[in-house]
Amino acid sequence: MSDTAASDDGTAAVDAEKVRHVAELARVRLADDEVDEFAAQFGDILEYFEALDEVPEIEREEELVNVMRPDEIEDGLSQTEALANAEETEDGFFVGPKVS
Amino acid sequence: MAAEINAFVTEKTIEGDADADGPLADATVAVKDNISTAGIRTTCGSEMLADYVPPYSATVVDRLTDAGATVVGKTNMDEFGMGTTTETSAFGPTRNPADTDRVPGGSSGGSAAAVAAGEADIALGSDTGGSVRCPAAFCGVVGIKPTYGLVSRYGLIAYANSLEQIGPIAGTVEEAAAALDVIAGDDPNDGTTRDPRQVEGADPDASYAAAADGDVEGLTVGVATELFEGADERVVETVEAAIADLEAQGAETTEISLPSVDHAVQAYYVIAMAEASSNLARFDGVRYGHRSESDGNWNESFAETREEEFGAEVKRRILLGTYALSAGYHDKYYEKAQDARAWVRRDFEDAFEDVDVIASPTMPVLPFELGESLDDPLRMYLADANTTPVNLANLPAISVPAGEADGLPVGLQLVGSKFDEATIVRAASAVEDR
Repeated sequence: MSDTAASDDGTAAVDAEKVRHVAELARVRLADDEVDEFAAQFGDILEYFEALDEVPEIEREEELVNVMRPDEIEDGLSQTEALANAEETEDGFFVGPKVS
Repeated sequence: MAAEINAFVTEKTIEGDADADGPLADATVAVKDNISTAGIRTTCGSEMLADYVPPYSATVVDRLTDAGATVVGKTNMDEFGMGTTTETSAFGPTRNPADTDRVPGGSSGGSAAAVAAGEADIALGSDTGGSVRCPAAFCGVVGIKPTYGLVSRYGLIAYANSLEQIGPIAGTVEEAAAALDVIAGDDPNDGTTRDPRQVEGADPDASYAAAADGDVEGLTVGVATELFEGADERVVETVEAAIADLEAQGAETTEISLPSVDHAVQAYYVIAMAEASSNLARFDGVRYGHRSESDGNWNESFAETREEEFGAEVKRRILLGTYALSAGYHDKYYEKAQDARAWVRRDFEDAFEDVDVIASPTMPVLPFELGESLDDPLRMYLADANTTPVNLANLPAISVPAGEADGLPVGLQLVGSKFDEATIVRAASAVEDR
């Protein structure tokens, strides 16, 4: 996508093709009228986000530590519970759409 | 009244422990519908999860029922928490009990409306960029966004993990603080939680409810000029009167500057959308959630399911988040947003060297009329100017009623330093009966 990066004048024009491309990456199908609506709205929103260019580079001092627990077996969901919300199951497995 | 307000998506009961005593024994609690309840559907305000029934309850729900509170239902919300008005719900908008032509705020609008309409004593919301404080302000009730890590997120269906906390909403500061006493504390099922008693300088016997004593003598209140700029004049006047009331009771006020907050909304939306695009990838219609009737392959079925089951605002945020993380844009948007987040955090840390709490309007506007902001997402995002900095900085904040303007509720926001919920509770309790 770097070939369609924001243009040099700093505006973030968004066309329908770009919206369709991102929708494909995100696995969300869009209707044609939704594509046009999003293109206009994304233009406004991304233009607003441009102000982030003014933010100075900051040294990020994160005081973070990892939280670990002993690797011991605990009770989890039963197979029946785990499958209870699936649209389709077979022999104790989830059934997904065909792969290709 | 109840039907007109539409505060609940599902009205079902989980009985509290009848043997419990304490402030929440016999209390009724309404739970936002993105917080899991075993055996009771949890929809996130979305068609996608309209029939999803969690096999377990969130830690906060177990803690409330163990303390004797009875869950009375699951409250309406913007779909997956994405909104400032509770109009993006697949189950219809919630109306503001203070004026039913207006929105209750969002995204925890059903929770605040349930409390304001007397349908529950307390409610739980979740606050990613203001979603507890905004509806509390618009509905004229109290809402607390705890320090990141004070309250377990186990069982909260994620929108933007690094920003969100579950928080209580109630009619009074003391009731909200009592609910916080019950839900706060570390949880082995959420590695980001901390035991507040282990925090340096903490009083191990501290009670947030006991802090609601109204004693603000000697308290230093920072008034952040940036958080008043651009706000509705009627809101500013009401909030300034509440701050003057704190002064009259012995608090000192001082003007402070937080230059970074002018970039908070942008940083918040880039980070939240990026995290959302990743989090919501789990909704593929296979393990849970609806699946479209599709003859296509995995990718096509996935895309069609998400087309049908997600509303427009959720799609917008997933797409913009995907865009902000994509090659060529990651450094421009996501990295800069992380810089802005660190800057905001540092600004607040510096400010808290000199003041105890920071005061501002919770929302820069009065409650929107229904439908007013739906077609203009950017306008809705800008209303989050004063709430989003708090999430970026991981800090605690409370919204407390400051009074009314043109008959509509106005909220005063008080921000505290990390894990210092007691001080914001104390300050808020001094002004709530104005």
